Amino acid sequence: MSDLDKSELDEALAGAGIELPDPLEMPEMKPGAMGDLHSFEAYPQHETDLGFPGERPDDWKEVVIDKMADLRTRYRSFRVYLDSCVKCGACTDKCHYYLGSGDPKNMPVARQDLMRSVYRRYFTLPGKYFPWLVGARDLTEDVLDEWYNYYHQCSQCRRCSVYCPYGIDTAEISMAAREIMDSIGKGQKYCNEIIAKVHSIGNNLGMPAKAILATMEDFEEELEEDTGIAIKLPVDKKGADILLVTPSADFFAEPHIDGLFGYAKVFHELGVDWTLSTTASEAGNFGMFIGSYENMRKVSLRIREAALELGVKRIVFGECGHAWRVGYAFLNTLAGPWDFLDPRYPVPQHICEFTNDAIENGELKFDKTKNDHMTLTFHDSCNVARATRMGDKPGGQFEIPRAVIKAACNNYHDMEDDTIGEATVCCGGGGGILTDDLMDIRVKGAQPRMRALRKVTEEHGVTNMAAICAICKSQFAKVLPKYDFNMEAIQSVHQLVSNAIIMSDAPKEDDTKSKSKKED
Amino acid sequence: MITTIFALAFYFATILLIVGVGYRIYEYTIVPAPLKIATTPAPTTTTGVVYRMFREVALFESLFKANKWIWIFGYMFHVGLLLVLVRHLRYFLDPRFVPGIVWYGLELIQPIGKYAGFAMIAGLAGLWARRVLVNRVRYISSPSDHLMLALLIAIGASGMIMQYVNPTDITSLKNFFMSLAYFNLFDWQPLPDNLFLMGHLTLVLTLMIIFPYSKLLHAPGIFFSPSRNQVDNPREVRHIVPWAKSLEDGSGKK
Ligand code: HEM
Ligand code: SF4
Ligand code: SF4
Ligand code: SF4
Repeated sequence: MSDLDKSELDEALAGAGIELPDPLEMPEMKPGAMGDLHSFEAYPQHETDLGFPGERPDDWKEVVIDKMADLRTRYRSFRVYLDSCVKCGACTDKCHYYLGSGDPKNMPVARQDLMRSVYRRYFTLPGKYFPWLVGARDLTEDVLDEWYNYYHQCSQCRRCSVYCPYGIDTAEISMAAREIMDSIGKGQKYCNEIIAKVHSIGNNLGMPAKAILATMEDFEEELEEDTGIAIKLPVDKKGADILLVTPSADFFAEPHIDGLFGYAKVFHELGVDWTLSTTASEAGNFGMFIGSYENMRKVSLRIREAALELGVKRIVFGECGHAWRVGYAFLNTLAGPWDFLDPRYPVPQHICEFTNDAIENGELKFDKTKNDHMTLTFHDSCNVARATRMGDKPGGQFEIPRAVIKAACNNYHDMEDDTIGEATVCCGGGGGILTDDLMDIRVKGAQPRMRALRKVTEEHGVTNMAAICAICKSQFAKVLPKYDFNMEAIQSVHQLVSNAIIMSDAPKEDDTKSKSKKED
Repeated sequence: MITTIFALAFYFATILLIVGVGYRIYEYTIVPAPLKIATTPAPTTTTGVVYRMFREVALFESLFKANKWIWIFGYMFHVGLLLVLVRHLRYFLDPRFVPGIVWYGLELIQPIGKYAGFAMIAGLAGLWARRVLVNRVRYISSPSDHLMLALLIAIGASGMIMQYVNPTDITSLKNFFMSLAYFNLFDWQPLPDNLFLMGHLTLVLTLMIIFPYSKLLHAPGIFFSPSRNQVDNPREVRHIVPWAKSLEDGSGKK
């Protein structure tokens, strides 16, 4: 089977004399390889909690077609993207799930076609009269299952949309597909259970206010033991200047917690008055994953209510990729206008923007040698890279986190160009598939990133990879060992900050060692 | 008789093309984009977006990043097509109403247009070769994708045959189109009698008719793609569409 692109690649590889596999190497095509991977479906309760029907209606096909008709008048993306694809094939080798699994239905255009084929059948003239000609097909139970399986093998990372000549974004189609399936009660357990928890409790973990307060107290003790100073993690503090909204994973998972410590140290060092909220205790917004504007809005409004309730002046988001997409690109739409906050700062602000501003103003000092045991690289989280910005210049989302890392570390090396920046390859766990029942595709989808990491490890002695996304961090902690890396290789960016930041009110080195406590 | 059939067919196809594509554009205009979904890094100003769109349309920038082979063939085809179309204008325009300088430009382009036909066909052939040879592209192709390429190649080839092998009477062809343009209804100038011309025109009519119902909608579609035409300023300017707004005051359903 001759494959023009494959030979291009082989040549390039031979020319460079490299043995390691190319991170973006083309797989052998294996039709149906991932066809049976079916994540747990939501229970009726999960569906009704989110305002969807709990049971599949008898006339489900009509409901699906009506829903498609509805979306096609409410979302220009859905409409234009389904009409415009010319099947040029430019996106076929851009999805990490295709690269990792070889299943052709994981090629972005083929993933869209699962929906487009039905769209053509019911909404276009040629599809109505000549379905075989244009690849149109009837909606059937099998089609529905195919939707369920393959639209839950898309991390909505938008890599395909960078390369499509019309910017067709498969993530939009995946989101629409999930919303359509929810409209007949066929949701995914992982996402919908989590969203229900946010609605009822306030965060993805379902951590009640009391538990958050207790956890922060523990963390304060731990921080004081480490540093000898009383670094606070204030919760629900009325009248604070800054509301920090961060993924709840920062309260319990590694390396997320160390990132949280980093934020706290930066705030402490700058002497700002900040607080967490127990009701807006989650930055992530899984409403986006299931394409539900209503759920996404409801989750976002918690942040608005907390900001009003606490009377804060600014909102800062912690390290989280998808959260930052909803925060940066959608929050103003969903829960704005933010005219009651301090107009001198963007709403919301990313913690990396915040820290970087302080670094640029010379307000933070670092002892970089504290990170000398590591050589870092940085994983651009897709949603930060391709759906948001930091700072006021396009591309700030690449420069600012790197600037923060480099301020705290001496040793840094980027991975290959075609796997970072706007071309970054996903961790494999985003978009609502960070669940054990999808482990197979998560491991396969991580392959391009793992290979890129392997290359910098071998060639440039990189030991650790930093990230600014809660999902990326959790996913890497799980899949790194499967690719023979150490689980601890994944670091939070603010963990590096935490290691190296010099706290001006810290007691002298030897005092810390003897654990003597300083009066605040 | 044949002249009448072609004349009526051209009116029909022209109306369908204009109304059909016009209606699609109207539909795309009224469907809102409720969220800011520009693929970033994206321009932060409207001028920047115009420039980005220009690069996409004139240079196929994203495609260039994606795949050099598709870019080369696709670019050859589209630029060839554009030049060929411009060259054809001479058959449909009345020099009396065209500013001299424009007409002079059209004259100037004639020789280039002649070779553009080759570029167009070569590009199409390259794209078709990929569609057949590269297994990923073969996998995503429907019969219509192959037929579209066949149709365009056939249009190009029948045109080239008239150009180089079996020339037709251009003057009477032009008279025919002029009589269409001036609505000399049922008093059309006769179409020259040439088999290749009949074939060429039939294929072009087919293309015009399927345009609004096919993937050729990518031509208007690209201008409406939210990931490419949005300004990256969600924090600065609140973006809200009517149906989303109605959720806020509780006035409407979704
Ligand atoms: C705004 C104007 C247009 C732009 C920006 C544009 C752009 C593109 C791009 C980027 C592709 C993908 C690459 C390729 O396969 O060539 C493409 C494909 C295609 N275009 Fe266009 N195009 C335009 C107008 C047209 C028109 C007017 C026609 C028709 C007569 C046309 C016919 C096609 C066809 C048939 C394909 C698919 C080729 C294949 O099967 O691989 N395009 N176009
Ligand atoms: S959005 Fe990402 S995961 Fe989904 S099809 Fe595109 S490249 Fe693949
Ligand atoms: S790159 Fe875009 S137009 Fe080409 S096949 Fe993929 S989705 Fe379709
Ligand atoms: S989890 Fe991280 S890498 Fe994966 S899709 Fe989300 S942002 Fe991208």
